[in-house]
Amino acid sequence: MERHVDQELKELNKDILKIGALAEEAIYKSVEALKNRDKEMARNVINNDTNIDKLELAVDEKCIDLMARYQPMARDLRFITTGMKINSELERIADIAVDIAQRTLEIADKPLLKPLVDIPKLTAVAQSMVKMSIDAFVQGDITLAKKVLSSDSEADKLRNEIQKELIEDYMVKDGTTAPRAVQLLLIARFLERICDHTTNIAEDVIYMVQAEVVRHHPERLKNGK
Amino acid sequence: MAKITTKNLNLWYGTFHALKNINSNFEANRITAIIGPSGCGKSTLLRVLNRMNDLIEGVRTQGEVLIDDTNILNSHADLVVLRKKVGMVFQRPNPFPLSIYENIVFGEKIHAEGITRDRLDEIVEKSLRDVLLWDELKDRLNTPALRLSLEQKQRLCIARLIAVKPDVLLMDEPCSTLDPQATARVEELMRELKNRYTIIVVTHNMQQAARVSDDAGFMLLGELIEFDKTQELFTAPHDKRTEDYITGRYG
Repeated sequence: MERHVDQELKELNKDILKIGALAEEAIYKSVEALKNRDKEMARNVINNDTNIDKLELAVDEKCIDLMARYQPMARDLRFITTGMKINSELERIADIAVDIAQRTLEIADKPLLKPLVDIPKLTAVAQSMVKMSIDAFVQGDITLAKKVLSSDSEADKLRNEIQKELIEDYMVKDGTTAPRAVQLLLIARFLERICDHTTNIAEDVIYMVQAEVVRHHPERLKNGK
Repeated sequence: MAKITTKNLNLWYGTFHALKNINSNFEANRITAIIGPSGCGKSTLLRVLNRMNDLIEGVRTQGEVLIDDTNILNSHADLVVLRKKVGMVFQRPNPFPLSIYENIVFGEKIHAEGITRDRLDEIVEKSLRDVLLWDELKDRLNTPALRLSLEQKQRLCIARLIAVKPDVLLMDEPCSTLDPQATARVEELMRELKNRYTIIVVTHNMQQAARVSDDAGFMLLGELIEFDKTQELFTAPHDKRTEDYITGRYG
């Protein structure tokens, strides 16, 4: 039986998908801007953020409205509350893309410290985690959510490698590289933070689907739940 | 230990199997809500707990209903004692066509013959205070109870029950004729009373069940499908039939 609320829940799903797509695009563009030292693209990421902010507010409002009007229970309740949390995670992800764009503007006029190899790799991991986490939410797919969680170690590993290289091969050897190296360090840190936000999304999806809180309870995942 | 336990409880109205193998525990000092669609057996279950169904012709029960470890379905059970211990509040408040005062002391006069007027006065004051009606009604205790508002009548019926010192309060849709404000006040009263009684409430109003109860059971076609902490039942029900009902997908 199709209920009236089902249509509204579908709309909510679509809006979250949209904010997810915008966040994903912001990450991609911010790193493209860095690679190509494209200041216009970096500014574009920064300016676009207001659209994401507006959409975040609209999604939040929709969730509150649905709760007030329908007093949802069980999986409806879990879907809406999870939607609200994911909404704010995605908005934070987009904010981090803005941070990357701002760092890019700082170093765009200076020569590249080194060819970028690991940062694009980390970006690819982050983008794929964002995409998987949104798909996991939209499709209620726990397997995909768990894949997001298991990808996080790769992100941490890459971030550590980038950090080690920048510090040991550049900053320690030649202090004058520090201003540019620090910006890259920050960018690696930002990308890794994006991955952390996607793991929050994945944990929320697991709660939404099977009503099991795995956040701060990694052992529940290991038990095969 | 549970205040009330049902074990393999079955009930038939003639050939209609209205309760099917109900196994449940109702804890003291908690409010338990029973929800489910019309005709699912929730009122029948409530009524079996003080044997109200005995009044209906062709009723047959099987299994056990233990209240404080005594099977009340036993043929020697004293129904007067049982109904004093397990009182019921109905959907439509049903005060007697007597004064407010006489309504409250009615039960006590039956159960305690020769009781003094002073003692009755005390009971009236205490019962009305318990349902938060004393201040409103203390100056017109001789007014006919039928002149009270619906909410006051419902509170008075609860006061009338409390006056005979029951252990268990059964409530069958106690707020269904009340407006939202009166409903909120009766719910508040239920929360206050639960510290002293075992309260079981049958309700069609899911939000009410979610708001007011500590434990909740979902019934369908005579079966108790799921029984759990209210928070669990309404956020993460285990049975798909419960999920479908509480999210409005049933039917």
